[in-house]
Amino acid sequence: MDLSLSEEQQLLKDQVERFAREAYAFETRRRVLRSEAGFEPAHWKQFAELGWLGVAFAEADGGLGGGPVETGIIMEAFGRGLVLEPFLPNVVLGGGALALAGDDAQKKALLPDLIAGKTKLALAYAERQSRYDLADCLTQAAADGGGFVVSGHKAVVYGGNLADHFVVVARTKGNQRAKTGLSLFLVPRTAKGLTVRGYRTVDGLGAADLALDKVRVEKSAVLGPLDGGLALLERVVDHGIAAICSEAVGAMAVLTDMTVQYSKTRKQFGRPIGGFQVLQHRMVDMTIAVEEARSMALYGTLHLDERNAKTRKRALSATKVQIGRSARLVGQEAVQIHGGMGMTDELAVGHYFKRLTMIDVAFGNADWHQRRFADLS
Amino acid sequence: MHLNLTRSQRAFQARVRKFVDENHPPEIRAKVESGLKLGRAETIAWQKKLHAAGLYAPAWPKQWGGPALKPIERYVLDRELALNSTPALVPFGVTMVGPVIYTFGSQAQKDRFLPRILNSDDWWCQGYSEPGSGSDLASLKTRAVREGDHYVVNGQKTWTTLAQYADWIFCLVRTDPAAKQQEGITFLLIDMKTPGVTVRPIVTMDGGAEINDVFLDNVKVPVENRVGEENQGWTYAKFLLVNERFGTAQVGRSQRQMLRLKQIAQSEIVGGRKLEEDENFRLKLAKTEIELLALEYTELRYLAQLDAGKQPGAEANILKIRGTQMQQNLSELLMEAVGYYANPSLPKALEHGWNEEPIGPAYAASLAPAYFNWRKSSIYGGSNEIQRNILSKFVLGL
Repeated sequence: MDLSLSEEQQLLKDQVERFAREAYAFETRRRVLRSEAGFEPAHWKQFAELGWLGVAFAEADGGLGGGPVETGIIMEAFGRGLVLEPFLPNVVLGGGALALAGDDAQKKALLPDLIAGKTKLALAYAERQSRYDLADCLTQAAADGGGFVVSGHKAVVYGGNLADHFVVVARTKGNQRAKTGLSLFLVPRTAKGLTVRGYRTVDGLGAADLALDKVRVEKSAVLGPLDGGLALLERVVDHGIAAICSEAVGAMAVLTDMTVQYSKTRKQFGRPIGGFQVLQHRMVDMTIAVEEARSMALYGTLHLDERNAKTRKRALSATKVQIGRSARLVGQEAVQIHGGMGMTDELAVGHYFKRLTMIDVAFGNADWHQRRFADLS
Repeated sequence: MHLNLTRSQRAFQARVRKFVDENHPPEIRAKVESGLKLGRAETIAWQKKLHAAGLYAPAWPKQWGGPALKPIERYVLDRELALNSTPALVPFGVTMVGPVIYTFGSQAQKDRFLPRILNSDDWWCQGYSEPGSGSDLASLKTRAVREGDHYVVNGQKTWTTLAQYADWIFCLVRTDPAAKQQEGITFLLIDMKTPGVTVRPIVTMDGGAEINDVFLDNVKVPVENRVGEENQGWTYAKFLLVNERFGTAQVGRSQRQMLRLKQIAQSEIVGGRKLEEDENFRLKLAKTEIELLALEYTELRYLAQLDAGKQPGAEANILKIRGTQMQQNLSELLMEAVGYYANPSLPKALEHGWNEEPIGPAYAASLAPAYFNWRKSSIYGGSNEIQRNILSKFVLGL
């Protein structure tokens, strides 16, 4: 058992945290938020140049040979700065699916460009009716000649507003919620019959709903096993869970610190409100919530390479529950202790709160994962 | 970074398992599993076996006769011992006063007390709280007046756990009433056989008699039994509390209680089904189990920091708060699990040698008393509110 960072990992951590602190000051973020694209291309280029987009990929795929720990380091720092650039959809979800299941041709076609920051990916799995159930899929892919014809609707595709290519989950067999019969397809944004409706999310990030109307793809577009896509999807989503949990830890740590600092300067009844025990104990509870979230983010991250899928899924569910509960407490208390100022758009508090709230929703909220944990126990 | 035990950690785990297999009698295991009380002799016998195997006083440096186990090994040891339902160790000597003596004590004190602590020859108890000094510990009034080569001690200590078995008590006493509260306190080691020491049991609501009042009436204590400097006792007292709080998380014990809860949930029936299949129970269990994982991994992170040479501080307070909440939570779930059979009061069923027919399932008898008893854990060792005050002041700077 070893819970310490290697020297390289520590360097990466220092580097990304410096970026979040210096290059991603709140005013910078505000400017990026107001921009048309909702992200800063110069930042993306910088991520590519610094190797951050490739650090978690195998060297054979053009990456730096890191893994979940490196992704967690980057995501935690991005959480500290509430970074808007779509690292999660590209590197962890779209890129992650490709890295886990792509054949040589598929990887060569997309991964080098992804790592170089030249092309963007997104993972389209959820649907209107599916809620958090990854097996629930109405989008159909019917065999047609040598290829498939895909039709259906995909909901809230993270980073879908910017993606050049989609990994689309569709049903090739079985009924709506069958655990077998899912397949993943690589679909270019330019595909005929694909309509991308991009939008901003309440936390300032971007997403899209997709309408697929008889989109034709070749057999070579199938990513991973035909009809056996669920296990792959679950694995990719578990990587996503670990990543956003690290992001949440960074966001919660900053938000708690911000709240403590504010309580030292804000005076009421002639003294700093941080002097009131009723608030002190609540800020201690926020601190404990962050500490436990940090422990569980680590726990989840270090279970991603677990070979037994059941053990892995159970661990990631535990992580997601903890992060959801911690984030709810930290976010709500931060707003409350900031008082009226906490309600404003002007302060960073609300922005952190919104992101933390959407992190609970992402990939299944705490209630959902508590049930999945129980089912897997 | 990885969670797998290294080869040497696995070897250590195997060593502990082998030790437990060879040394832990089934009847003691059965007693601990069912929450029955162990006597002084049973506890001491177990501590002596651990010591003989180099598994007692795990954190003690080699210089003082300890095995100086690394933090992760200590975690492995604690877990294996707890999961195998071995007797709880008495912390007052080995975890509390021992490290104070080897850190701050005189050579004569080290030579005299440390080997006897290691060998469980002396049973220690803790003289901190007083009737008027609970959370506000530094307000303590037990007075020690220097007379030649002795201190004469007068006062009362309370909530003294297992004082009825103790050979020695370590006491915080006031030596300078004029100084600021924290600056007039001295740390004394007092032989319980000294004339003027009286122990009176306090019966708790679960019917137990673990805790006591200790009256000190003109008790003569040789100056050589003072630890460190006069009036510096608060420093040593705080050092001890940090160690105490680190230990109170008792993650291994909670893991065992979790297993016990799951076993009971296989036997209990609700709505015609096993309790373990009941949706409400399943979700509560999952919630608790996840909280326990968070506690375990928080402790592991802190142990890794200790391993890297960092001194424990805030971590101990966090572990104390969450560890005790977990103990209470589990004791509550266990009691709830048996439904009506939480009711029968059978104090004798918890004693050694009781072999009448149980009322209801045999596992039920100890659960309500345990629930009542565990309310203590958020009160002792500095109440959880005091822990929050400390965190607020020293970590958040409020």
